[in-house]
Amino acid sequence: MSSIRSITAATLVKDIRLEWRSRDAINSMLFFSLLVVVIFSFSFDPNAEESRQIAGGLIWVAFLFAAVVALNQTWARELRNQVLDAYRVSPAPASALFIAKALGNFILVSLLEALMAPLFVIFYNLRALGPAWQLIPVAILGTWALVVNGTFFAAMSIRTRSREIMLPLLLFPISIPAVQSMVEATRVILTGDASARFWIVLLLTYDVVFTTACLALFDTILQAE
Amino acid sequence: MKKAFSILAVFSALLLAYATYQALVVAPTERTMGDVQRIFYYHVPCAWTAGCLFCVNLLASIAYLTWKSSKADALAVSAAETGVVFCSVVLVTGPIWARPVWGIWWTWDMRLTTTLVLWLIYVSYLVLRKFSDSAQTPKLAAVLAIFGALDVPLVYFSIWFFRTQHPQPVIGGGGSLDPRMLRVFLINLLAFSFLGAMICWWRFRLEVFQRELDEALALEALLGPDGLPQVSARSRSPLGKSPSATGPA
Repeated sequence: MSSIRSITAATLVKDIRLEWRSRDAINSMLFFSLLVVVIFSFSFDPNAEESRQIAGGLIWVAFLFAAVVALNQTWARELRNQVLDAYRVSPAPASALFIAKALGNFILVSLLEALMAPLFVIFYNLRALGPAWQLIPVAILGTWALVVNGTFFAAMSIRTRSREIMLPLLLFPISIPAVQSMVEATRVILTGDASARFWIVLLLTYDVVFTTACLALFDTILQAE
Repeated sequence: MKKAFSILAVFSALLLAYATYQALVVAPTERTMGDVQRIFYYHVPCAWTAGCLFCVNLLASIAYLTWKSSKADALAVSAAETGVVFCSVVLVTGPIWARPVWGIWWTWDMRLTTTLVLWLIYVSYLVLRKFSDSAQTPKLAAVLAIFGALDVPLVYFSIWFFRTQHPQPVIGGGGSLDPRMLRVFLINLLAFSFLGAMICWWRFRLEVFQRELDEALALEALLGPDGLPQVSARSRSPLGKSPSATGPA
């Protein structure tokens, strides 16, 4: 157990250090989601009362698209210098590597959300009419839902031709229930129309089901060669 | 095998012709919807067949991951391809029926959306198979099939939360269907299930033959037509320049 923890920690620290030194992913994600915010504001009237109705969708779609940027480079980085082959022959459990990568992406996307959320609030004049604190569990569970499957499918898509396109093609259909839950939960919290409990429970179920599936099947994907 | 297929194919065609005759002529016209209701005899059996084929795909994928049998993978790809075709028929016939009855082509209702998402998942499955052309493809595809199957109940529940507009299911839904209509429906269900099974089976055989052919061609390129390693005839073989062309004897 302790070996899993130390391997996870070592890989996670390495990834964060790499990202901290280059800041490639976070900068491109930030700029990308900023562009999405601005383009959406031209497509819809952002000042109207209905911005509460659509803001949930805008926020999560922007984060989903931006997350793909980070997810795509998760494993691509390991292809250089055959690092992935080294993982494969090492006795380290594959699940430790997977958790480290998923956590790294989770931290990165959460950071993006923390930086972009105030901007959304300002640009779309948002003020929650429901219990605003519920947005925090929605954000945490929703981000994990995107990132856990995204990390998994990124490991699958690096084995295909045109891998950059392949990741969203695999990830988006599977993510539909998670995205719907996030969007609906955010919408009902912002409008105060109804309780977001059903959506939070659904997100939690999604997270549990797919985290288990990813951990169980990741070894198969890593060893596929 | 070929003879059995011919007999079954003829039987399938006759059954389908009989079922079509029953659906278009024998079945009574629905009182409120009129003739457009007859699309139900194609729509629901196709949905049923697609569902069965996706189940076969899931089982074959699990079988592949367990036993690593190439046949299981061939069955998985045939079931997915055939299932996508039937699912497309469902998605096309649905709006044709909905337009005169509901007044709209499409609504984001529970069963419609679940079917659409199912279709998207299996199209992404086929895209993955298309884009990855190495020996690992079956493994990746099998894993994706399992993920897709896990996703379906979640999609269903997420949309169940909205009010549903779709007519209640005929099987186990407690809907009242005229006994004559039920009979025609069951004949069509049988005919379409049979058709789906036939297409899937033949696609499976095609896939197995294709793999055997590819294997034989690869082996011939490696060993030469006389089955001996290509050591002396290095210039003739297309793979002859690489040192691995001497290959396994």
